[in-house]
Amino acid sequence: MSDLSITSRAAAAEEEREAALPRHVRGYWGNVWQRLRYDYVTLFFLGLIAVIVLSAVFAPLIAPFDPDKASMAHRLKPLFFHTNILGTDEQGRDILSRILYGGRTSLLMGIVPVVVATVVGGLFGVVAGYLGGRVGTLIMRGMDVFFAFPSVLLAVAISGSLGGGMINQLITLTVVLTPPLCRVAETATSQIRSMDFVDAARASGASTISILFHHVLVNAVSPVLVYASTLVSASILLASGLSFLGLGVSPPTPDWGLMLSTLRQAIYVQPVVCAMPGLAILITSIAFNLVSDGLRQAMDVKA
Amino acid sequence: MWLYAARRLLMTIPIGLGVTVICFALIYLAPGNPVQSLLPPDATAKDIAELKHAYGLDKPIPIQYLIWLGHALTGNLGISIQTNQPVLNEVTRALANTIPIAVISVILAFVIALGLGILAATRVGGVLDRIATAIAVLGISVPSFWLGVTLVIVFAVMLGWLPATGMGSAGSDHFSWFRWSEAKSAVMPIIALTVTPLGILMRTTRSSLAEVLALDFIQTLRAKGLGRTGIVVHAIRNALPQILAMFGLQLGYLIGGSILVETVFTWPGTGFLLNKAILTRDIPLLQGTILVLAMAFVLINLVVDLLQTAVDPRIKRG
Repeated sequence: MSDLSITSRAAAAEEEREAALPRHVRGYWGNVWQRLRYDYVTLFFLGLIAVIVLSAVFAPLIAPFDPDKASMAHRLKPLFFHTNILGTDEQGRDILSRILYGGRTSLLMGIVPVVVATVVGGLFGVVAGYLGGRVGTLIMRGMDVFFAFPSVLLAVAISGSLGGGMINQLITLTVVLTPPLCRVAETATSQIRSMDFVDAARASGASTISILFHHVLVNAVSPVLVYASTLVSASILLASGLSFLGLGVSPPTPDWGLMLSTLRQAIYVQPVVCAMPGLAILITSIAFNLVSDGLRQAMDVKA
Repeated sequence: MWLYAARRLLMTIPIGLGVTVICFALIYLAPGNPVQSLLPPDATAKDIAELKHAYGLDKPIPIQYLIWLGHALTGNLGISIQTNQPVLNEVTRALANTIPIAVISVILAFVIALGLGILAATRVGGVLDRIATAIAVLGISVPSFWLGVTLVIVFAVMLGWLPATGMGSAGSDHFSWFRWSEAKSAVMPIIALTVTPLGILMRTTRSSLAEVLALDFIQTLRAKGLGRTGIVVHAIRNALPQILAMFGLQLGYLIGGSILVETVFTWPGTGFLLNKAILTRDIPLLQGTILVLAMAFVLINLVVDLLQTAVDPRIKRG
């Protein structure tokens, strides 16, 4: 009982102290949130992304049919054919169910490579930008070689040599996305490194590690995050392109790019149905692009 | 400026070498040993021995690389497994089909993007700005291969106006841009290729032009009574180097990254060649095509950088 009263008294004191502070003072992230709150376009597309993610995660619960269940009698049916709202494919499988399940692959390919590339590329970029000198030059010139390839060509080169499959596709996308993220992190870090407050921290005896984490990393995080968010849509487009070329997941697995590629044979039979998987890619890609634009504005990062 | 040009030229050498290292490494990325990937599956033991000798595959990897590099520098990119033709011949023939559609697309994208970008940047926040920005977002979000399939569905299947695939009845060897019956088969590939660079170039134009328009000297121009057109002309000259740099980058992307669109339209260019190499696991063809395309991209970047320095007196690099 007495314990409780002590904690509640401490909480009350805390509240009092907070009330004494002027209300309008917000931190950086507070400002970001404040700007996002009134950006209805970004919020709408953020909601759309949430819907897409949830419908992919809960695909087994909401999909009207088993995505792999073929039916010889109901091949290539049009939109709104009985309960097959988006029609059926060349094996009589329900397109809507396959799109819902296919979202799992596409979102995985959009998010996992970007996260890995952000960590790896960001780490190399921060090290290169902070240390500069010979190590920095070595890292950045190494990355320059990858910039000598258009991204699609690099992806096709690696993926085409490694062969298809989900793991190979993840490796390919990560390799393609790491150099640009490294460059953004390096630029941000080397700009921060030359600022006065870093010198001040060093003069007051802060260690390199503590300067890196408390001063450099926290300031480099916004440009890197904003750039990483623009890459999600790029990664989804690239992944679906690779799948379209047959360099993605193997056939029975539902995947938007792969569906588009197999349905292409049927454009003379069911033209509208064949365009559906691509529409899913387009909507997802637009949503991620607009949210990343909104983030860029809210975080006040220049393009 | 000449000093910068010389330095920029020198910088290209290590990058070019790096590109060859990556291309060389592709053989080792492929599953199985390189001899298998360089020869058809029914190769005899004698063939394998001959090939090992010819490529020096019994030597250590750095030596192998130098031998391969020597061959590549003299234009010997190996023999395609599928067609038994020298890879270089295949690639140059395909490039002749890719370059025209890539150049036309990027110019088309540039012209439209410049128009939309000027409209948007002079009316930031207005209705026209929003429409132009929406077009740009659509451009960068649309999967080019899906757009290709959709164009085929609408203009070939439903309306029957344009041929769905190929280069017309005459084939790629006798294709003429001046006969509509053949040139019309290039219309859809060009549209599908234009959309992505259009979006990117429009965003670049809008942001760099808006940045210039916010500078003080624009205020001065307005104060002395210059009209909207005059101001835009002044501003565009300042924003142009940035836009031109993006233009060059996009041209390189189209030449190197046309694989999806060319696959959709079976347009016999380098992208289609790459797709063929992947499907048949023709590693020499894959490696050679990628090497040529990456080198083309490096060269385009070099030319753009040098042009930029020549065009913009403010850039005094070096």
